[in-house]
Amino acid sequence: MYRRKDFYVLFALIILLTVVLGSVNFFNDDRIVRYLKDACLLMIWLSSLVIAVTTTARQIPAERESRTIFPLLAKPVGRGEFVAGKFFGCWLACGMALLAFYFFFGLLSASREHTFPLLAYFQAMWLHWMCLGIVIALVLLGSVVFTAPSSNATICLIVVLGLMFAGGHLNGIALQMRGVRGALVYAIYYLEPHLEWYDVRELIIHNWGLIDWLAWCGATIYALLYTGFLLGCAWLVFRRRTVTL
Amino acid sequence: MYVNTVVEIHDLRVEYPSRELRQRSKLAVDGLNLQVQAGEVFGFLGPNGAGKTTTMNVLLGFVGATAGSASIFGVDVRQPIARQRIGYLPELTYYYKFLNTEELLRFYARIFHIPRAERERRIDEVLKLVELEGARKRLIKTYSKGMQQRVGLAQALINDPDLLILDEPTSGLDPLGRMKVRQIIQRLKEQGKTVFFSSHELGEVETVCDRVGILHEGKLRVEGRVIDLLQQYQCNLENVFLNIVGYKP
Repeated sequence: MYRRKDFYVLFALIILLTVVLGSVNFFNDDRIVRYLKDACLLMIWLSSLVIAVTTTARQIPAERESRTIFPLLAKPVGRGEFVAGKFFGCWLACGMALLAFYFFFGLLSASREHTFPLLAYFQAMWLHWMCLGIVIALVLLGSVVFTAPSSNATICLIVVLGLMFAGGHLNGIALQMRGVRGALVYAIYYLEPHLEWYDVRELIIHNWGLIDWLAWCGATIYALLYTGFLLGCAWLVFRRRTVTL
Repeated sequence: MYVNTVVEIHDLRVEYPSRELRQRSKLAVDGLNLQVQAGEVFGFLGPNGAGKTTTMNVLLGFVGATAGSASIFGVDVRQPIARQRIGYLPELTYYYKFLNTEELLRFYARIFHIPRAERERRIDEVLKLVELEGARKRLIKTYSKGMQQRVGLAQALINDPDLLILDEPTSGLDPLGRMKVRQIIQRLKEQGKTVFFSSHELGEVETVCDRVGILHEGKLRVEGRVIDLLQQYQCNLENVFLNIVGYKP
């Protein structure tokens, strides 16, 4: 991770944009710090999703293209271990990036509000990381199904953004539909991974306090189950794949 | 099965499904039976597309057999543990270019759960063997092709394997590089290692191998000791090969 340039570029971009935003005071508004936090967190979310999707999407295809997969799988490494290794590598790297991003966010927030709600930041970062776990597992599944990393990254990014912004509203849409179509949309609503649950930016922006720890644990378990399911699917597809050029 | 049989292939058949609709699947290996004994250097020969690499891919678990079976040290090749005692050098491989040789070897050694002290000793040993001690801290992307091939050999030897599978190990190397690889194979043979390798360099095969198998159109056409084949055909290995694949000048 530390030898890749993407992370540094995005991190520098976040710092630059936030510092520029922080240096101006629109309309002499006292609540400017909230807008600043909102903008910073939005950039952190978008950057983390871009890092997670683009890094994961090229993992297995890049191993094939550069043929490094051959000496690796010629060792006593099972296909499941290979998929799990790729997942944990990407997930941990994204976790490290999140740590840097949230640390910067915490500093920025503390410099303006003179408070540092460590537990609230920890909860938000943890849920963010859990969400990225689901995303990374989904992209890994995509990378064993689609051959081109670019198409996989594009499809997965659209699906993830769709799930985050529209996924939570499907039940409302289903309510307005009748018959089989309504039932189908309901089924999708209950089966899809609810990534929007993990976006708790509003709680931090408005300092609304801690999330109930039971709900936090529930969200963690939900994410782990979904991640496990998607990784299991990736393994089932990959274990039958012929590894040749 | 013999007690000292290292590789055993029984009625192996590999078909690749066609990517085009209405096209028949491609038969890569057809009813292959082969045994390689411990301590042997076995040359696996054949023209391009004969099925050599496919057979090696089956042995390494990259490709599943359509029919038949293959085992290494008596363990079905579909089990990852079958690869515990083998080393593999692919024909053309690019290793992780953002790593240096030492880091790469450490990474592969960890897969075998080699303890730290033993790991460092093995790294020193294989780097000495492939003569890359002076370049161990250099990023692999700065290496020449010959050096990269030697990195490949080093990674194949990191677990002190009893069986080495080498896919055209001297392909694309200059005469000096070839000689070095050949010397390494000879040294491994002296250490009692089993080597299973494919090559188009028949002079080299004649020098290094105890036994050879010649594959053509997916079928094993001939198998035997190099000396016996040379006596039987009264010519060098290249002419034996051309004879068997049906080449007529």
